[in-house]
Amino acid sequence: MKCTRCRVKAEVELRSHNAGFCRPCYLFYFRRQVERAIASEHMFTHEERLLVAVSGGKDSLALWDVLAESGYRTTGLYLGLGIGTYSDRSHEKALKFAEQRGLELRVVSLQEEGPGLAIPDVAAATRRVPCSACGTMKRHYFDTAALAGDFDVLVTGHNLDDEAARLMGNVLHWQRDHLARQRPVLLPTHPKFVRKVKPLYLLSEYETAIYAFMRGIDYIVEECPNAAGATQLLYKDVLNRLEHASPGTKLSFVREFLRSAQPAFAVTANEEPQECASCGMPAYGTLCSFCRLVREVEARRSPSRAAAPA
Amino acid sequence: MRVHLHPQHRTVEVTGRRRVGQLLAELGILPGTAMVIRGELLLTEGEVLEEGDEVEIRAVISGGAV
Repeated sequence: MKCTRCRVKAEVELRSHNAGFCRPCYLFYFRRQVERAIASEHMFTHEERLLVAVSGGKDSLALWDVLAESGYRTTGLYLGLGIGTYSDRSHEKALKFAEQRGLELRVVSLQEEGPGLAIPDVAAATRRVPCSACGTMKRHYFDTAALAGDFDVLVTGHNLDDEAARLMGNVLHWQRDHLARQRPVLLPTHPKFVRKVKPLYLLSEYETAIYAFMRGIDYIVEECPNAAGATQLLYKDVLNRLEHASPGTKLSFVREFLRSAQPAFAVTANEEPQECASCGMPAYGTLCSFCRLVREVEARRSPSRAAAPA
Repeated sequence: MRVHLHPQHRTVEVTGRRRVGQLLAELGILPGTAMVIRGELLLTEGEVLEEGDEVEIRAVISGGAV
């Protein structure tokens, strides 16, 4: 197979684009795709301060690499989830990446934020699915770090497969409020929120893995031990089978949703949030979902204390 | 040839010359869900693997929280 751009031998084949690339052309292609997403969705400018959420995995590190190389003002944020050696190794990867490139990395450790806040402890105490607890914790700490650091934008490494799996889940259960918020750019609905963007939303995880490999990025290859059996992985598997039978399915599924259907859901979006009575962050009830979760954990740990008035 | 599977940390021995696409099919791996690496290079499905080759098949799927 030959490179679609320069006709030398291809190292990568992208069936979804009916294209092949040699290494230099692939790196050019990948960076251009990221830049196009940033520009077409008006995600951010070179003047704005970006907080990049990094997990130590291929997507977030590949994204940080592209943004830093392109001259954007980036700071990394690593959230230590307290998932045993998996979190230790993820932290090492993120730290090493930042050190090698002279980039600033901020670290928040759930175990140091409070007793029982590590994801396995929260999941066990509340009997929630770990991924659900993890999502709530991540959103809260990403939001508070962006606010405290006076950043303009929170950038995450969600890729096409993440977005397609999420879309499938939202459609299967007709989660209208979730569909209303499924966009590559989420504008702040409260002064304490910053803009949230996903520059990799049209790039598959195969594409981000290839970029990371070609750039020599040392990322954590292992899967999160809590992800085994997660619904998202089931959706990804189904979508990959569809993609194999009909290349380009994932891309058109997400792209056409955003173009044709998402605007109809967006008009049904919820009202603006109030402020959480406990932490002061935006909330759709008296307490934000993070504080409700923490109260639940405290109630399990010490029933008498949690029952006392705030 | 020796095929190292990651992140499973498993190695399998495969005999005979074959294309990358054929190897993936035999191992039940969908193209586009794993990178096939020989040395410092990625391989496309049409590449031929020789008897003495040593390759890594690295899965690219990650996830959990939706």
